[in-house]
Amino acid sequence: MKLLTANRLIDGEVVWLAADGSWVETIEGAEIAHDKDAETRLSAAGLLALANNEVVDVNLIDVEIVDGEIRPIRLRERIRALGPTTHINLGKQARKQTAAFG
Amino acid sequence: MYRYDEFDHDFVKARVAQFRDQVERRLSGELTEDQFKPLRLMNGVYLQLHAYMLRIAIPYGTLSPRQMRMLAHIARTYDKGYGHFTTRQNIQFNWPALSDIPQILEDLASVEMHAIQTSGNCIRNVTADHFAGAAADEVADPRPYAEILRQWSSVHPEFSYLPRKFKIAVTGAERDRAAVQVHDIGLHLKKNEKGELGFSVYVGGGLGRTPMVGKKIREFLPEEDLLSYTTAILRVYNLHGRRDNKYKARIKILVHETGTEELKAQVEKEFEALRNGELQLSDADIAAIQAYFAPPALPARPEGDAALAKAAARDAGFADWLRRNLHTHRNADYAALTISLKGIGEIPGDASADQMDAVAELAERYGNDEIRVTHEQNLVLPHVARADLKAVFDRLVEIGLATANAGLVTDIIACPGLDFCALANARSIPVAQQISTRFGDQKRQEEIGDLKIKISGCINACGHHHVGHIGILGVEKKGAELYQITLGGSGDENTSIGEIIGRGFGPDEIVDAVETLVETYIDHRQGREETFLDAYRRLGPAPFKEALYGREAKAA
Repeated sequence: MKLLTANRLIDGEVVWLAADGSWVETIEGAEIAHDKDAETRLSAAGLLALANNEVVDVNLIDVEIVDGEIRPIRLRERIRALGPTTHINLGKQARKQTAAFG
Repeated sequence: MYRYDEFDHDFVKARVAQFRDQVERRLSGELTEDQFKPLRLMNGVYLQLHAYMLRIAIPYGTLSPRQMRMLAHIARTYDKGYGHFTTRQNIQFNWPALSDIPQILEDLASVEMHAIQTSGNCIRNVTADHFAGAAADEVADPRPYAEILRQWSSVHPEFSYLPRKFKIAVTGAERDRAAVQVHDIGLHLKKNEKGELGFSVYVGGGLGRTPMVGKKIREFLPEEDLLSYTTAILRVYNLHGRRDNKYKARIKILVHETGTEELKAQVEKEFEALRNGELQLSDADIAAIQAYFAPPALPARPEGDAALAKAAARDAGFADWLRRNLHTHRNADYAALTISLKGIGEIPGDASADQMDAVAELAERYGNDEIRVTHEQNLVLPHVARADLKAVFDRLVEIGLATANAGLVTDIIACPGLDFCALANARSIPVAQQISTRFGDQKRQEEIGDLKIKISGCINACGHHHVGHIGILGVEKKGAELYQITLGGSGDENTSIGEIIGRGFGPDEIVDAVETLVETYIDHRQGREETFLDAYRRLGPAPFKEALYGREAKAA
């Protein structure tokens, strides 16, 4: 299983490609590629977004589903999805907490 | 400190305008990422894991209060309320939007700062002893020479596309606090028998994937020849340094592959052609720059020691801090003090905007308007009257910066690691935080004594792990973090590269492993005066290996 991830050009925000072709700020919204065809489609969409100057540093990443949630295989991608483990008040994890308590 | 002249102001302003235009063209799509990337790197803008990162140059680690306040302003206005001081005496902001960076650079320019040459294959920020101009053991202030090198190297047309990046460090004391022997060029400012100033020149030191101790190629280079000789070294490197392989492109590889004697001969030959030419520094040239670094007028404050003794008797925390965080000043009424950015369990090198403002205020009120950033990721107030130390300490307590641990086991260098850095393979900061928490007890860490732990999250070694008494290198193995330990490294006048002790440790094991090493040292030392490094140099790795790996080590 793979997802397409990148950083948004204007502010560097970590984003993932969603099924509707938009770039979303939380990994839950990402489209999962379950086979080679889907991966190829995602990669092509990534190249297009790169050429259109929407995002930079586009990568297909490996994920698994754990307890019904998307979990990147590599620690690097888990940290990108949440924010620095040293500053849990920063990054996406902080927004989740705010949302949970808001 | 150095003040921009008209030319400097115009130059930096022009660069900001140029970069503003480049960012606009990138955002409009006129420039592709491939075209833009080298341009943003020339202005210190990286893309990290979560966002862009802006690295701002702090020349030889010297800051004025006005500049520190501007860094606080940037942290508050464009970032997330803090900044990260680095092992290159710079500061990094981890969250700026690309669209804000031109304005940040404009704000910086208003206080004579910029981010030029903080990245790319050029001559980077020249670093120096953080006690420069203050230390009692100094022969002369190294910063005027660092400033001369900075001016000479800024957008130097010949040396802006070197085979790889190039780092120069200068120290003005026998006791090397600038780690000059692990820089591409290390300069040790000294006097000859006639009392003239000059430099011992080291070349080809460095850390990274191939750590090397610099080779001394000149015992004494007269100060007037500084730029001619440096140019000669850079020319030889620029011509012969390897461009075919990024990992073999630093000058240390050229020195290693060429041989020190042959390389030295090439440099001397080039130097002969250059010396006594336009690069020769006249006394007037040097004096003009030295004038910017004139020592502050320090009025006599002989009341200090009596006041200190009284205050220390009443306040144990203050006594601890006096014991650890002071450095001997050339004026006996004064001290250079270290403001530890290593609170117990906290992130090495981070400072909040409020803390930056408070340090700026202290520097204005008590510190003769000077602040330094150390390569060990702390701050320094270099000129504080001993009589004012209690007042400074009390304010540092209020802002959470009074940790009395300079040079102790919790004064850890750590690179940003996998929490931020796109190159990292493993996290560094959490390991530093856990070690700090484990050894946080003041009495215990003072009992252990001087001990430098340095942690890098990848082989590029921004955390200087090779020269840690205990070095820790994070790697990725089978998808998990693994930490390798090196022992016996040192980045001072007796520089040595640490030796790998054995197999690595997982994230849950590494702190225990460090504690085992420390306990082994305590068990084996000949007394408190024998430091960890001295004990390791006497004993070698065997007892430490035995303690870490037991039977496994014997079988091997």
